[in-house]
Amino acid sequence: MKDRLVVSVSPHIKGKESIFSIMLDVIIALFPALIVSIYLFGWYALMLVLISVVFCVGTEFFSQKLFKKEITINDLSAVVTGILLAFVLPPNAPLWMIAIGAVVSILLGKQVFGGLGHNLFNPALVGRAVLLVSWPIQMTTWVTPFDGVTSASPLNIIKMGLNEPLPSYLNLFLGNRVGCLGETSVLALLIGAGYLLYKKHIKLYTPLSFIGTVAVLSAVLGGNVLFNIMSGGIILGAFFMATDMVTSPLTKKGKVVFGLGCGLLTVLIRFKGGTPEGVCYAILIMNMFVPLIDRYTKPKKFGLISVKER
Amino acid sequence: MEKFTFKAGVHLPACKKLTIGEEIKETSIPQQVVIPLSQHIGCPAQSIVSKGEKVKVGQKIGEAQGNVSVPVHSSISGEVVDICPQLHPVSGKKALSVIIKSDGRDEWIEKGKRHEDYFRLSSKEICNIIKEAGIAGLGGAAFPTHIKLSPPKEVDTVILNGVECEPYLSGDEQLMIKHPLEIIEGLKIIMQTVKASWGIVGIEDNKPRAIDLMKKEIAKQPNISLKILKEKYPQGGEKQLIKALLNREVPSGGLPMDVGVLVDNVGTSFAIREAVIRGFPLVSRVVTVTGWGVFSPKNLRVRIGSSISFLIEECGGFSFVPGKVIMGGPMMGITQYNLEVPVVKGTSGILVFGQQEAEKENIRDCIRCSKCIDACPMGLLPCMIALYAQNQDWEKAKEYNLLDCMECGACTYVCPAKRPIVQYVKWAKDKLKC
Repeated sequence: MKDRLVVSVSPHIKGKESIFSIMLDVIIALFPALIVSIYLFGWYALMLVLISVVFCVGTEFFSQKLFKKEITINDLSAVVTGILLAFVLPPNAPLWMIAIGAVVSILLGKQVFGGLGHNLFNPALVGRAVLLVSWPIQMTTWVTPFDGVTSASPLNIIKMGLNEPLPSYLNLFLGNRVGCLGETSVLALLIGAGYLLYKKHIKLYTPLSFIGTVAVLSAVLGGNVLFNIMSGGIILGAFFMATDMVTSPLTKKGKVVFGLGCGLLTVLIRFKGGTPEGVCYAILIMNMFVPLIDRYTKPKKFGLISVKER
Repeated sequence: MEKFTFKAGVHLPACKKLTIGEEIKETSIPQQVVIPLSQHIGCPAQSIVSKGEKVKVGQKIGEAQGNVSVPVHSSISGEVVDICPQLHPVSGKKALSVIIKSDGRDEWIEKGKRHEDYFRLSSKEICNIIKEAGIAGLGGAAFPTHIKLSPPKEVDTVILNGVECEPYLSGDEQLMIKHPLEIIEGLKIIMQTVKASWGIVGIEDNKPRAIDLMKKEIAKQPNISLKILKEKYPQGGEKQLIKALLNREVPSGGLPMDVGVLVDNVGTSFAIREAVIRGFPLVSRVVTVTGWGVFSPKNLRVRIGSSISFLIEECGGFSFVPGKVIMGGPMMGITQYNLEVPVVKGTSGILVFGQQEAEKENIRDCIRCSKCIDACPMGLLPCMIALYAQNQDWEKAKEYNLLDCMECGACTYVCPAKRPIVQYVKWAKDKLKC
């Protein structure tokens, strides 16, 4: 008995939180938006999400087998990527396309870098970016909620100067508008974000500086502030993508800088760039700067004062 | 009443209910004690007894070597059976120790001089009494107290640390309940010695009874105040405590005296009082023996040198097959693999976990969640230090302020990837030393 005692370095108690519990909380936080998307776009929306999740988890499993690494599909991180990927695709995207997107997300977005924790870019956004350049038509064909009629997205209407009615603020807030599967309902996304904030998995630094920058710059460039914030993927991007732990800066200062950059790039792409929406590219570009931001935003350590002060 | 605290840190499950209200009880006299000659930071004491010699309780058996050293005393009466290297609970290595077999009589040596009129003594005289009594910090670090009480810088405030922020432990709390008057007398002696004009007793708000009793004693003193702190770990870290109570920040690499403060544990204060006023050397201390693996957890006044197995017997033995035995608290304590190791001056608790609690968790790669950064009371980036240490880039780890880490374990507690950050820190520190 005596020789069976475990010897280890302190601390000897650990918190209950694990990668699994964090990922589960993110999935729970994405549920309101998922339910709204099913309500708006029908069961096909759920189908898209399920296909995406299945292919993400499957790709993670097989790539880890291939790379001879520990199989970690039960940490749910691939499930989160799957849901997020489906959320940033059009609700009428073909199933084969989302399957390809899922494989790309996990393989190119995550596993080639060494798996969870090592990826530089947000995997779901990598998937979206690849799909966007590969099948631009399918990726920019939108349908209206409920009846599924092909229509332009609100940002497209602005960009192209189309003579079509824009959704009201209330519809933007509730989600009754054309857009990506999971990005339409500001209300549902904010409920989920509130849950993540309550659980302390995300902090407000990035979302606030992101949205704030978009608001200020939209006003400066003569756009409609509220419309710019609530249309497109800003809310989804700011609360669920730019706050991704692995691909965002570590410190508070860094998170603010990251949000500022995301906001700046989003507005530049929207107002001056060639595509109507810029959240995806803005976050991906800022992902590249994370190591640099981390280097210059180290926190002030305790006791960093001159001894002479007294 | 205003409650104080510091930035960052973590809220831990207190787990103190196992021994809450367990008054301090004397153990029976152990058959044998193993008294290491080094129980403090600094030079080990040198043995002044020989094999076969009869000793009494309180008799000096090891003489201090140099200034940063304290003597050790026999904690029982009996016969010296051997002076040989024995496993030391803190270093984990063998260290020269005096083994004494009890004669069961518990006879005291003639006690030192009583100094009820301590206010007539000079600082030097008091420090000398404290040194001769073998007192080293009872909070855990075991720094020789007489050195601490002769600071080269001016000290205006003495803080008594009654925080006891480690989960499970309740010995300091019980000491404050049992001996509030003595602890305050000890504080007055410390204040007089370092010529400080203010004394503060800091207690966490989870000890209402200790607060009540201490409050009554402190009310009689014009220049001592009681300050209550919010329950948070690691509030008992002296830098955190000073920041919380006085809003003074001890400079990196500095000591509390750099900001005019001296922090001592309540247990040390009690020992100082016993030494100065009653002439008792340090031969026993309060140890919380607790954890689900102990049949009836207790707060015990233990003779220094008693073995862990003896204390567990005193508490009714193990309640199930133990998985881990820790000397100290669960956050910073040291695991033991041999239960014959002795209690030393810095031992605050013995904690026994079952095998389930001792199981190793699956370690994953860092997911950069930054929860460790939020928890770090020293404002460091624990995840980065661990990453560089893992890659054996010691210099880079140092650049990330490795040496400011006090190994409180808050980062490791919160880490969802279950990374052994403290282990990496200790490894890197060790590598940088040589």
